[in-house]
Amino acid sequence: MKKKILTIALVGLMAASLAACGKASETQTSNAASESASDGKAESKSDGTAKIKTVEAGKLTLATNAEFPPYEYHDGDKIVGIDMDIADAIAKKLGLEVQIEDIAFDSVILEVTSGKADIGLAGISATDERKQSVDFSDTYTTSKQLIIVKDDSPIKGSKDLEGKTVGVQTGTTGDILASDIKDVKPERYDKGMDAVQALSQGKVDAVIIDSEVAKKFVEETSGLKVLDEAFADENYAIAIKKGNKELLDSVNKALSELKSDGTIDSIIAKYIKAE
Amino acid sequence: MFEELKAQFILNFITDDRWMSLLRGLAVTLKVTFFAVILGFVLGFSVAIVRDVYENTKKLKVLNFLCNVYLTVIRGTPVVVQLLIIYFVIFSSIKIDKSIAAVLAFGINSGAYQAEIFRSGINSIPKGQMEAGRSLGFNYRQTMVNIIMPQAIKNVLPTLGNEFIVLMKETSVAGYIALEDLTKAGDIIRSRTYSAMMPFLAVALLYLIMVMFFSHLLKMFERRLAGSGR
Repeated sequence: MKKKILTIALVGLMAASLAACGKASETQTSNAASESASDGKAESKSDGTAKIKTVEAGKLTLATNAEFPPYEYHDGDKIVGIDMDIADAIAKKLGLEVQIEDIAFDSVILEVTSGKADIGLAGISATDERKQSVDFSDTYTTSKQLIIVKDDSPIKGSKDLEGKTVGVQTGTTGDILASDIKDVKPERYDKGMDAVQALSQGKVDAVIIDSEVAKKFVEETSGLKVLDEAFADENYAIAIKKGNKELLDSVNKALSELKSDGTIDSIIAKYIKAE
Repeated sequence: MFEELKAQFILNFITDDRWMSLLRGLAVTLKVTFFAVILGFVLGFSVAIVRDVYENTKKLKVLNFLCNVYLTVIRGTPVVVQLLIIYFVIFSSIKIDKSIAAVLAFGINSGAYQAEIFRSGINSIPKGQMEAGRSLGFNYRQTMVNIIMPQAIKNVLPTLGNEFIVLMKETSVAGYIALEDLTKAGDIIRSRTYSAMMPFLAVALLYLIMVMFFSHLLKMFERRLAGSGR
């Protein structure tokens, strides 16, 4: 009997605490909403941006994979990088607050298509295949895929990759390129860094990854070098859910403003030293 | 609605022969599980014996200590971490086949749990049988081999089969070291098609079918065992 009473009491307590949780978060979001609503008003007065509907009111929810320096990476307990600074600049123009969702790269686009995030900003190359799933903003920067090998490797270019094992990050353009090379066995790691580590441990013969990321990794790992030969140029763009024209237009507008006033160039220059 | 599902199905499974990669992943999962269970069997059996010998005869003190360390460490850390340590730390400078790294990790992991299964099997045989054997002139070893072990193994076989099923699901983290097992195969499809539903449902279904199949086998096996009493 005693046990039964205790059970009922506990269940009651849990229900109460849950209800309390619900209330607290409700008030929090409504606070945030009203705050940002006033923010948005102020902004719309100055440049006439219409108020945009986002996944979470007042916030620009951003899906990224923060293991991709210098575009996005962890610095202490913060996620920083070129993409994050660009996102901040765009969000400021839209009167929103950035909220970052850090997730595996191959899930970034899914976060956008399934409506969990407003934008995907993770050094995503706007490929035709991806365009079937999401809309892309205008290009904000370009990149290309490079090959990383060990210093003493006999591999001199993409031709030498035939029949070799190539480390890539799952779902990246490097993954797709490697899969298309004859007789290449791609080894797909969740993180670019894992692929590079496998390379320096001799588990794979080469790694194909985005140029700036490749340079960063090589800088941080001894005994590796980047080959001069590069694959075709790719355009980095922001992924937005298909049909969300309102957000796409405002992001593009913000992007073109940021491009013309030199903000984007200075952000990139901040992270990538000119050669 | 139906048309869309059909298009999704074709995109996720038919295009580029993607269903083949699921099958290949399934084969890898089964292979890794099978060899890991065998390795775990050998390890677990040995550990259980060492610990029982120590308990009964106070011999093998050092080995018993090592076995206890092994059990504590393996059961006290997650299998994903063990897998990463084996692949990136222990075999840090050796080019090792990923399947072998996975078999080692899951086998060593499973061994710790199988050791406990064997021990419970040995403990399930009443102490009186050991005493009876000893009083009839058998030494400890003879009693173990002829009287205790045959019954103990029979008692633990169903639990061992269950360990196989559990381990099969546990190997789904092998993708961490870029081994293309069933789960990773689904992940790769998803990374190409950007749709989550079809690949994950297919992967889940394949696991479920395998588990149901092996559970069924296990049940038949148990029924047969039940027939042959002592």
